[in-house]
Amino acid sequence: MEALVQAPPAWVKERRESAAKQFAAVGFPTTRDEDWRFTNVKPIAEANWPLARGGFKQAEALVASVNVPGAVRLVIVNGEFAAGLSDLSALPKGLRIASLRDRARDATDGIETHLGKVFNLATHPFAALNTSLLDDGVAIMVTKGAIVETPIHIVIVTGGDRPVVAHPRVLIVAGENSQVRVAQTFIGAQGSAYFNNAVAEVVVGPSALVQLYTDQRESDRAFHIANIQAHVETKGVFESHAFSTGARIMRHDIGIGLKGEGADCTMNGVYLADGERLMDTHTSLDHAVPHCTSHEIYKGILAGKSKAVFNGRIIVQLDAQKTDAKQTNRALLLSDDATINSNPQLEIFADDVKCTHGAAVGQLDEEALFYLQARGLTRADARDMLLHAFAGEVIAGLQIPALREQIETNFFARLRQDTGGHAPQDVEGR
Amino acid sequence: MSTATKQIEELANTEYKYGFVTDVEQDIVPVGLDEDVVRLISSKKGEPQWMLDWRLKAFRAWLKIEEPHWQNVKYEPIDYQGVSYYAAPSEKKKLNSLDEVDPEIRATFDKLGIPLEEQKLLSNVAVDAVFDSVSVATTFRGKLAELGIIFCSFSEAVKDHPDLVKQYVGSVVPHTDNYFAALNSAVFSDGSFVYIPKGVRCPMELSTYFRINAKNTGQFERTLIIADEGSTVSYLEGCTAPMRDENQLHAAVVELVAHKDATIKYSTVQNWYPGDKNGKGGIYNFVTKRGICKGDRSKITWTQVETGSAVTWKYPSCILQGNDSIGEFYSVAVTNNYQQADTGTKMIHLGKNTRSTIVSKGISAGRGQNTYRGAVKIGKNATNARNYSQCDSLLIGDRCGAHTFPYLEIKNTTAKVEHEASTSKIGEDQIFYCESRGIAKEDAINMIVSGFCKEVFRELPMEFAVEAQKLLGISLEGSVG
Repeated sequence: MEALVQAPPAWVKERRESAAKQFAAVGFPTTRDEDWRFTNVKPIAEANWPLARGGFKQAEALVASVNVPGAVRLVIVNGEFAAGLSDLSALPKGLRIASLRDRARDATDGIETHLGKVFNLATHPFAALNTSLLDDGVAIMVTKGAIVETPIHIVIVTGGDRPVVAHPRVLIVAGENSQVRVAQTFIGAQGSAYFNNAVAEVVVGPSALVQLYTDQRESDRAFHIANIQAHVETKGVFESHAFSTGARIMRHDIGIGLKGEGADCTMNGVYLADGERLMDTHTSLDHAVPHCTSHEIYKGILAGKSKAVFNGRIIVQLDAQKTDAKQTNRALLLSDDATINSNPQLEIFADDVKCTHGAAVGQLDEEALFYLQARGLTRADARDMLLHAFAGEVIAGLQIPALREQIETNFFARLRQDTGGHAPQDVEGR
Repeated sequence: MSTATKQIEELANTEYKYGFVTDVEQDIVPVGLDEDVVRLISSKKGEPQWMLDWRLKAFRAWLKIEEPHWQNVKYEPIDYQGVSYYAAPSEKKKLNSLDEVDPEIRATFDKLGIPLEEQKLLSNVAVDAVFDSVSVATTFRGKLAELGIIFCSFSEAVKDHPDLVKQYVGSVVPHTDNYFAALNSAVFSDGSFVYIPKGVRCPMELSTYFRINAKNTGQFERTLIIADEGSTVSYLEGCTAPMRDENQLHAAVVELVAHKDATIKYSTVQNWYPGDKNGKGGIYNFVTKRGICKGDRSKITWTQVETGSAVTWKYPSCILQGNDSIGEFYSVAVTNNYQQADTGTKMIHLGKNTRSTIVSKGISAGRGQNTYRGAVKIGKNATNARNYSQCDSLLIGDRCGAHTFPYLEIKNTTAKVEHEASTSKIGEDQIFYCESRGIAKEDAINMIVSGFCKEVFRELPMEFAVEAQKLLGISLEGSVG
C-alpha cells in the first residue's frame, strides 16, 4: 500500500498509460479472435476480482515447498517482491537483482531501456493489461561477461483468503558474453481461486546464454496467463523450457525474436491436462535475420475431460536466409473425452531455408505396451514407463538437478493421480 | 548465369497463352444484386418455384453473413453491386449435333485445344462444355443414359430430375455455409449434375470445361454429383479464361454425395488468368467444395492442380460419415508473380475406421504467396480414425512466401493423426547435377518440380496428368533462376 502512495517515475506512468490505452482498445479477447479461437477467457473477464494487495498466510509454506537448495531465491507474492521470503545469500558476482518498484527510479541500470519494450502489446492484450498496472516485480541484470553458475529461482506465489488478481512481472537482461540460468515457479494454495497474469521479458545480449525454466503448478481453480517474450541478439542463445500441470485455464504465450545473426533458441515444453482444465500454449518464433537456428518440442498428455491447444508459429522474414527451424508437437490422449487442437504454422518469406514442423496425436503404442507386457510388466507399469519416456525427453533438458527432480516428482505424481494407476484401455476390457 | 537470366526474362515476358475474347452476343443481366436479380435469373432459366424459394432463402442469408477476412490473402475489396450476375450465350435453341454449336464458340474451344469431335472420337471422354454459364453441347449422353447415368447441366436437372435436385442440393454445402456459398446459392448460373445409379461403374471420365468469357460477369457454377450405392465415377474439371484487366469473381460450389460402397474421384486443373506480371487483373477464385461419404466404405478423392487465378481461396473437404469411409486430397498449387493462394482441405472424421490422406505440394515463385490451410477433425465416436498429412513447399526466388496452417482437432484416443510439413528450395547442387549432364537449366527445374509433384500427378487421370505437367511448366516459366 505504502509503495503505491509513492509516485512512480514519469516513464513508468507513460508506459502504463499507453498500455492501458492499448488494452482498452482491444479489451479481453473473444473466441472470434483467431489467436483465441479455442480458449474462452470469459470466466476471467467476468470474474472481476480485486487486485491483490500484500501477502497471505500460506505464502511462506508454499515457497518452502518448492525450495531449490543452493539457488538465489526471489519471491513475488501477489505481484509484489517479497524481500522477507527471498534468499539472496548465494548472490554471485556480476548479477544485480532488484525489485522493479525500487529500481525503476534508478535510470542507470537499463531497466528503463528494456521494461515493456520487448513486447508488441497490441497483439498481447493480457501483457498490455499487466503493463497498464505495472507496479512491482523483479529485474535480473547480468553484467557483461559474467558467467553465473548459481541458479536463480523466482517463486511467484499468488492467492489469499478471497479470489484476487495479480500481475507479476519479471525482467531478465543478459549482457554481452554473459550466462545465466533462471527458473520461475508459479504456485498457489491448492483449491484457491485467483487470476495470475504474469509477464516475463528477456533480453539476451550478443553471445550471451539464458536458460529460462517455467514450472506452472498453480491451484486447480486458478486462471493462469503468462506471456514470455525474448529478444536474442547476435550469436545469443536462449532456451525456454516450460512444464505445466496446474490452473483451470492456462494460457502461455511464448514469443522469441531472433534479432541478430547466428542466434539460436530452444523452446521446449510439456504439459499435463486433466479434469476439465484447459491448457493453451501459443508459441511464436520470429526469424528476423539470416543464419539463425531454432528447435522446438512441445508435448502434451491429456486425461479426463481436459482440452488443450497448441499453436506454434514460425515466421521466417524476408531475407532471413539460411534459417534452420524445426518444430515438433506431440500429444497423447488418455481419454475419449479430452480434446486437442494442434495448429503448427509456418510463415516463410525467404527461399534458402530449412523449415520443418510435425504434429502427431495419438495414444500409447499398443505394440510397445504389448512388448513390455510380454516381458512381465503389468499393463499399468508398462503405461507408466511409456509416459515417463514421453514426457522425460523434455524434462531431461532441465539443467538444474534439484529443480529437475522437483518437477519430475510433481509431474509424475500428478499423472498417477489422474490415471489412478490403470489405463482406460483396461476399463474397456481390451 | 547471364544467359540463363536473359532466357528467364524472355520467358517471363511471355504473354498468357489463352488470353483472347470471343465475340458472341451475350444475354447479360444488369449490374448489381438484389432480390429482383435473383428472381430474374430464376425466371430466365425457367425454374420452378421451389428453386426460386431456395435461391431467395440463400440471398437473404447472404445479406446477413459478413465477408470472411481470416484468409492469408490480400485483395481489393469486391464491389458486389458492380458485377453482373448472369451471362448466357444468346443462341439457346436445342442442339442435336455438334455442328449446331455456334461456330465462334467452337473456334474458342479449338484454340484451347479441346476439339469436341476429336475428343468424342478419340479419347472416350464425354464433355459437358460450359461456355460461360450455360451448357452448349453435351456428348455421349446416349451412351451414358443406357446405364441410367444422368450427366447434364444443372438447369436441365432442375427441370428433368427435380426430386434428386431437391433432395441433394445444399445437403453438403448448406446455403448458409459461408459468404461465397450463400452468394452462389442465390445466383448460381449453371453447372453440372451427375447421378450414378446403384452398382454402376461409369465407363468413361466425365469432364466439364469452364471458361469465363463475358466481361464483368461473375461466374457462379454449381455442381452436384451423387454416387448411389456401389457406384464409381471419375469427374474432371478444367478451366482457362481470357485475359482481362478487372478482377473477375468466381464463386463456385461443388457438392459430392457418396453412398454405401460408392467412389467419387474429382479432379481439377485450374488455369484461369492469374493477372499480368505486375499483379494486375486476374480471377478471384473463391470456391466451396465439399463431399460427404455418407455410406459405409465410401470413398471421395479430390485431386487439384491450381496454377491460375490471382487469388485462390479453396478447401475441397470430406465429411467421413460412413464407417470405413476414405477421404483423400492431393493438391499442387503454384503461385507466381503476384498470385496468392490459400488452399487446403478439411477432413472431418465421424465414422469408425475412417481414413484420410492429405498430400499438398505448394510451389511459390516470383512474389507469389502460397498458403496451405487444412483441418483434420476426429470426432468423439470416430474410433480408429487415421490421418496422414504431408505439406511440402518449394520456394523459387527470395521474394515469395510459403505458409502452412494445419488445424488438428482430436476428440478420440484411438485416433492416429500425423502432420508433416517441410519447406525447401531447389538445391543448387541438384541443378548443377542436371546441367553437368547437358540438361538446360529451365528443363532441369521443370524436372525437379515435376518430381516434387509426382505424388499428386499420379493421382490424376492420364489426359489430365499430361495437361497438368504442361501447365506447371508454363506457370513457372520465367520465374526460376
